[in-house]
This record gives sequence, C-alpha cells and structure tokens, in this order.
Amino acid sequence: MFTVILLMLAGVILGFSIRKYPLKSINKFITTLIWLLLFILGVEVGSNRQIINGLATLGLEAIIITIAAVLGSCVAAWALWYALYKRKKGENA
Amino acid sequence: MKGSLIIVAFFILGCITGLYNILPFNIAETDISFYALCALMFSVGLSVGNDPQTIKNFRSLNPRLVFLPVMTILGTLAGAAMASFVLTHRTTAECMAVGSGFGYYSLSSIFITEYKGAELGTIALLSNISREIITLLAAPLLVRWFGNLAPISSGGATTMDTTLPIITRCSGQEFVVVSIFHGFVVDFSVPFLVTFFCSL
Repeated sequence: MFTVILLMLAGVILGFSIRKYPLKSINKFITTLIWLLLFILGVEVGSNRQIINGLATLGLEAIIITIAAVLGSCVAAWALWYALYKRKKGENA
Repeated sequence: MKGSLIIVAFFILGCITGLYNILPFNIAETDISFYALCALMFSVGLSVGNDPQTIKNFRSLNPRLVFLPVMTILGTLAGAAMASFVLTHRTTAECMAVGSGFGYYSLSSIFITEYKGAELGTIALLSNISREIITLLAAPLLVRWFGNLAPISSGGATTMDTTLPIITRCSGQEFVVVSIFHGFVVDFSVPFLVTFFCSL
C-alpha cells in the first residue's frame, strides 16, 4: 500500500534535484495515465452487474457524502474567516 | 472543465467496454492498473518537485492562512463522518476515505478502487466530481453564507487549477496565493489520507 506513496516522495526528491532541467512533457504523461486508469476503472464497473444495477444508489450515496463534506469544510472555513477577519473588524469599529 | 469531461468520457468508455465484453481479456484482473498507479504517483511527485513556481508561491503567503488547508481537511472529514450516520451500511472509515478525495476524483477513485474495490471507487469518483461541480456552481453562494474562504475550502484539492478562476472572481484577487497554496497542500494529503482510511 505504501509503495505508491514512497514512489511519490522519491519523485518529489528527484524532480527537485533536477529542477534546473524542466520536464515539459510530464503533465501530458500524467494525463495519459489518468485516462488509462479511469478507463480500467470503467471496465471494472461495466463488467460488474451489481455495480451497474446499483449505479443510481451509488450516485445518491456519493452526493450525500459530498454535501456533508462541503458543508463541513465551509463551516470550518467560516470559523477561520471569523477568527481572522470578522472579529478584527468588530474591534476596529 | 474540458479536461474533466475527457476524463469522464474515458470512464464511460470503460464502462461500455466492460458491459459488452469488448476486450478479449479482463484488464481489471491484470496488474496493469497497479503499475500504472505507481508510474502516475512517481510522475506526480516529479512534476511537484520540478516546478520552481511552487516554492515561489509559498513565500508571498499570509502566514495566518496556513491554517486554511487544515480547516478544510478537518471540516471535510467531520462532514464525511456525519454522512456515515445516514449511510448505515458504509463504515465511517469508508465515508472518510471517499471524503479524503477532496475533489481530486481521478486519484482518489483510483486509490480506493485499488484498496477497497470498484464499488467504493465508483462512489469516490462520483462524489469527488460533484464536489468540483458544486464548488464551480455554488461559489458565489458560499461566499455569501460562509465568507470569502468558503469556496477555497469547498474546492479542496482543485483550488490550484480547475476552480481557481471562479475563486478569484468570487472571493477576490487577493486570495489567489492562498488558493494555490491550499490546493497544493490538500492535493498532497489525498494519497496519505485515502490510504490511511482504507487501511483502518
């Protein structure tokens, strides 16, 4: 499991040490790999009847998690916003 | 936006391929996806380390706003944990793993598929795509309800690229640097957090 993370950190170190030589095509390569991997995920989903039949339910579950996550992060952002800006304005007034 | 559409198109193409058994062998049963994932993460690391802009951006940051990515991560995880009360057949860790995608749908769905299977992977894909879409559509409302930092938190890992234009328009030009910094930190946390919650 942690192989991938170690590989990423190795990439950061290598990329940093050769930063004098910009890697121009790396982003195209990344995009292509993402396409390949999502295609494979698609194949896996498509060949699994259970997932295909439950796609609507899965979508609903996804939306519930998203809305909860977005609201949670917005409340947290509001708290920081209040601490940094709003309260200060109140003191000035 | 165009980039996201192409990615979704590849996913749909894959679905159709799988549904009608077009490929002569089952690509999902091979090790290709694991090796591609390894190559992907190595390349992501390379591009981050190789970009001189990253360090330059961080120098001009308001030091108090360093906490914003932490707030985003904590708020998202708390929200996702709450969602598991509604979705009783999913464990809290599974919901938090999906939430840990922070809108980075390509990477999080790939990771979760690798660790937990295609069903939760699909939820992660749909959930994180909709996070990006919600941020793009609701940014003005979020500013009004939760203040100028809200669209940045809502955007999660996407605030350094896809949702950056809408954030600068709704929150203001002065939030560009914090938005990029935030996107970078949250982006970087995705593989760690997803792996962590999948291994619980």
